[in-house]
Amino acid sequence: MTTHIGVDFIPPDVPGKVTGEIKYAEDYKREGMVFARLLTSPLPSGRVINIDATEALRMDGVVGVFTADDLPPSAPPGNPSLASNYVTYVGQPILAVAAVTEEIAESAIDRIKIDFERRDFVVDPLESLTPGGSNAYPEGNVLVRTREEGPEGTPIIGAEIKDIKWPQSAIDAIRAGKEPVGGEFTTEWNFGDLEAGFAEAVAIIEEPFVTIGYPHHSLEARTSMAYWENGKCYFHGSSQSQSANNNGLARMLNIDPADLVFINEATGGGFGSKIGPYPVMAISGNFSRVLNRPVQLRITREQEFYIGSARSGIQGWIKIGVKADGKVCAVDLAIVNDGGATGGGSGNSSAQHVTVAYQPGAMRYRGISVYTNTTPRGAQRGPGQNEMATVLAPITDKAARAVNMDRIAFRRVNVIDSDGRQGGGQGPVTSAFVREALDQGRRLFGWDDKISQPKKNGSKVRGIGVGIGYHGAGGRGYDGLVRIGTDGKLYIHSGVGNLGTYSYAGTCRAAAEALQIPWDRCEILHGRTDRHLPHSSGQGGSNTIFTHTRTNWVAAQDAITKLKEIAANDLGGNADDYEIGDERVFLSADSSQGLSYAQAASRAIELGGKYSGLEYPDDINPITQRAVQGLAGTGLIGVAKDTIPGQGQPPGIQVGFCEIEMDTDTGKFEILDYAMVADCGTVVHPKNFDNAMRGGAVWGVGLATLERHVYDPQNGLPANTGLYQSKPPTNMDVNVNTKIAATNIPDPQNPTGGRGIGEPTQGASAAALASAISDALDGHLFNTAPTTTDMIIDHLAGNEYSTKSLKTNTF
Amino acid sequence: MPSHDVMPNMELYQPVQVEDALAIADRLAERGWLVGGGQDTYGWLKDRAKTADALIDLSAIESLRGVREIDDGIEIGALTTITEVATNPLIRQSYSLLADAAGVVASPQIRNIGTLGGNVSQDVRCWYYRRGLSCYRAGGNLCYADTPQGMNREHALFDTSRCVAASASDTAPALVALDASMVIRSLNGERVVAAEDYFVGPAIDILHTTVLRPGEILTAVRIPSSWANASFYFEKVADRNVWDFSLVSIAAAFKVSGGTIEDSRIVCGAVQTTPRRVTSAEDAIRGQARNAATAESAAAVSTNGARALAHNGFKIPLMQNLVRRAISA
Repeated sequence: MTTHIGVDFIPPDVPGKVTGEIKYAEDYKREGMVFARLLTSPLPSGRVINIDATEALRMDGVVGVFTADDLPPSAPPGNPSLASNYVTYVGQPILAVAAVTEEIAESAIDRIKIDFERRDFVVDPLESLTPGGSNAYPEGNVLVRTREEGPEGTPIIGAEIKDIKWPQSAIDAIRAGKEPVGGEFTTEWNFGDLEAGFAEAVAIIEEPFVTIGYPHHSLEARTSMAYWENGKCYFHGSSQSQSANNNGLARMLNIDPADLVFINEATGGGFGSKIGPYPVMAISGNFSRVLNRPVQLRITREQEFYIGSARSGIQGWIKIGVKADGKVCAVDLAIVNDGGATGGGSGNSSAQHVTVAYQPGAMRYRGISVYTNTTPRGAQRGPGQNEMATVLAPITDKAARAVNMDRIAFRRVNVIDSDGRQGGGQGPVTSAFVREALDQGRRLFGWDDKISQPKKNGSKVRGIGVGIGYHGAGGRGYDGLVRIGTDGKLYIHSGVGNLGTYSYAGTCRAAAEALQIPWDRCEILHGRTDRHLPHSSGQGGSNTIFTHTRTNWVAAQDAITKLKEIAANDLGGNADDYEIGDERVFLSADSSQGLSYAQAASRAIELGGKYSGLEYPDDINPITQRAVQGLAGTGLIGVAKDTIPGQGQPPGIQVGFCEIEMDTDTGKFEILDYAMVADCGTVVHPKNFDNAMRGGAVWGVGLATLERHVYDPQNGLPANTGLYQSKPPTNMDVNVNTKIAATNIPDPQNPTGGRGIGEPTQGASAAALASAISDALDGHLFNTAPTTTDMIIDHLAGNEYSTKSLKTNTF
Repeated sequence: MPSHDVMPNMELYQPVQVEDALAIADRLAERGWLVGGGQDTYGWLKDRAKTADALIDLSAIESLRGVREIDDGIEIGALTTITEVATNPLIRQSYSLLADAAGVVASPQIRNIGTLGGNVSQDVRCWYYRRGLSCYRAGGNLCYADTPQGMNREHALFDTSRCVAASASDTAPALVALDASMVIRSLNGERVVAAEDYFVGPAIDILHTTVLRPGEILTAVRIPSSWANASFYFEKVADRNVWDFSLVSIAAAFKVSGGTIEDSRIVCGAVQTTPRRVTSAEDAIRGQARNAATAESAAAVSTNGARALAHNGFKIPLMQNLVRRAISA
């Protein structure tokens, strides 16, 4: 089974990306289209008293103004498309103006007068938890998930805002790097006997840490264009996902999902910020309906900073107990997340990373996510896990040193394996081969040789680091849909979004593999709802490879079953008497007796029923049902829901190894070597795997050392809204000759063997680099992500800095 | 806060002769905005943080481009791109300090468009100022950065008078170190100003960073031969290795004879509003052996008078280290 899986190919959108011919949402124009621009809040917190758009509406070329009054009401803690009453961060959209040119729309924005009532604001979550501290919302400062019993015992999951303050002693404690005793948390779980666990320890490591949020800054800003025809909304948007957008976006437009055509053939980056429909999408679609003409809402680079989401920050404390043999026996973890204007944090995922890295016998996690008047936060590549991996790596090194263990050996003793458990629920995993990855990486990197080399050379000092990245990497229960046409070709309908990782195409290889058909006889249909795309997962969480190789596999199996049944019907015998090969279905005992795929497809149309898609399984999603209805009668339809047996979370895991040379005069360092080994099951598409590994490695440098929010506590303004100001790493900041490998051990719960790997690539890189920086400085713990140049210089100069004042968003 | 990214409506003049440009600049005076490569200009205008009625695009004036030998050194046209400055054989041969500085400006793309005249004349880097806040430099009556809570990691250590913004140019310290002169023309004729005097700090003029006035155009930079082929040292420390501004930079030229430093010009960037001559270090090393001990002692006095803000204290040891490296290199 190696025709397609594990073999390189060229995804169909690559030529267009090379030539520039491919179109993104902003590239689409429509006759009569008008240009909408946003007016955004100048205040971090306040109330909109009055909007006077009279002067703007009088301008030649202005066709309309769209406010929250034109949308369904949105109550906090939701993230409204347009502020309806309170504004809670600088840059929050308040209204949109549409005009016949962009220039007129921008000029019109300046002629709209808004009266605000100012409110106190807060950019530091600890400041908000302090007695008397400001709340980001009038209703409070903390997002609390609620769970109530609904009809027939069905829980209703919700969220509300509460006003929570900590005693000053708890604030003082966490600011001083100690356990915030007496502080109230909103999430807590534990397993094992924590007290007994710590009693077994020969070494206790207790450290504070801070990770600072930073924007996604997707290169393609979330511009959208919408128009309506014959009752349907045609929506050009920028999304990581395709079919997963349908229902949510249809709700935003208050239409039946059947009346939505979502078009998104290519996406210029999302990194977690475009997994599903996002609030601003409601504006172009609804504004277009109001104006009865196509509307393009173009989002500027600065606005992409404001509304394009960001990683949550953490202010935390961890206590780790280690036994003499190096086994972590107990962990106590407390996290205060900076949830920005949307309140959500990733503390639980951070804690999950700890469970995977250490497999402690006992652990307690306490978390609270605090609203601040800063940009909305959301998922960003390994949310929670990757920033935790970064600060945890040097702390792990310290733990290893405490019991005189090699740092890799320490990780080897503790990390998850196939029998391991992850998260607060201590659920199983489908498989895990991290020890194999550590051993492979140790050799690939030359750890033993590097670790024994001289460390100092003049002002230069070398540092060697190792890190582990982890993220759950797969889901179950989605649908696959393929069609064999009367031309004998295989048409693979993919509801997977093209977020730039090419997994939409890689996963289709599973169908070709199962049907044993050459790739040049396959065609992928994706990127538009009206191409009849099945129900698919959102393209987030590194899940696509596992999830949709399986769906395409089961759809292909359904097609194979139907091929055999048609052959048996026409040529005699039972379906089991037939097999496939060379684009034919034929009698196993006499291969001359058979039908070509083209012939079988024609017969499927003639037979109708389930063969041509006139009938379909009951268990497929309504989205897939509509897709099958659209294809009915056009060929042999293979369609199925993924019900492949199994349990546990498929993990995506990577180990990274980093060597740096730091200049102690300047605080700058050069990455001399970086090697990484992925435990992601079978590598489905080697070239794309290589790309994912390199991309993650690059961004890991940003997470560990460069990227951070900076907010002014005096006025709530963000300092670095531009791309260059946010300092994502450049090609000059990273190691170019990266060594890349995979364990390539198949996951037993995927017929193709694959699991996802996207997110951990960043976490492992960041963790390995943080570990190397600490090693270069004789084990000094900055306990920050990022650790920036100034922090290193200050440390070398003996200036007190960084974790002496635990802050996210500000210095 | 309104977010803009299209150009505002404004007049556009595209002269091809410098005389025409001077006439237009004179006529428009404060209403006009000179633009070369536009790498500083377009941000201001698109953000609407600054405005002008008319743009005077100098980029078509060929006479303002190129590097020429003159009687005593070289003359570089103000519109010469940073890439050309970094790669020009004449500059590389005798004035490599400038070429080295130009080679680390911003990014290759910006260096291909940005000009030497623009690089030295660009406005200061203070994110509060560039956001359009009404600070002293913008005509207001406060400084947002020079407060206990100000986010001032990148700001200045020296000579901060109501404004703590730092000079952003990488080539400016090199030109001061090379004792360059700036050629300024107007309808009234030509005046030549020492590079060191071209830049003005906030204590003298808080609204401007150079002596250039409405109606004037920086047409060329002249570098005398007096420092040609001296012993040069340039280093820029920034968070990123490309597409970033200096945290601190140093440009230094030494005349060394028999191991003794006869003279030097040491200039740091990004530590005050203008390139900073580190005269304390120059004085300390004059007549001294060029060795580690000399470097160490000079480094120690190089930051005398520095006043660290809440978050830029790291610049003091960084500057000292760079001074030490420059001298001991």
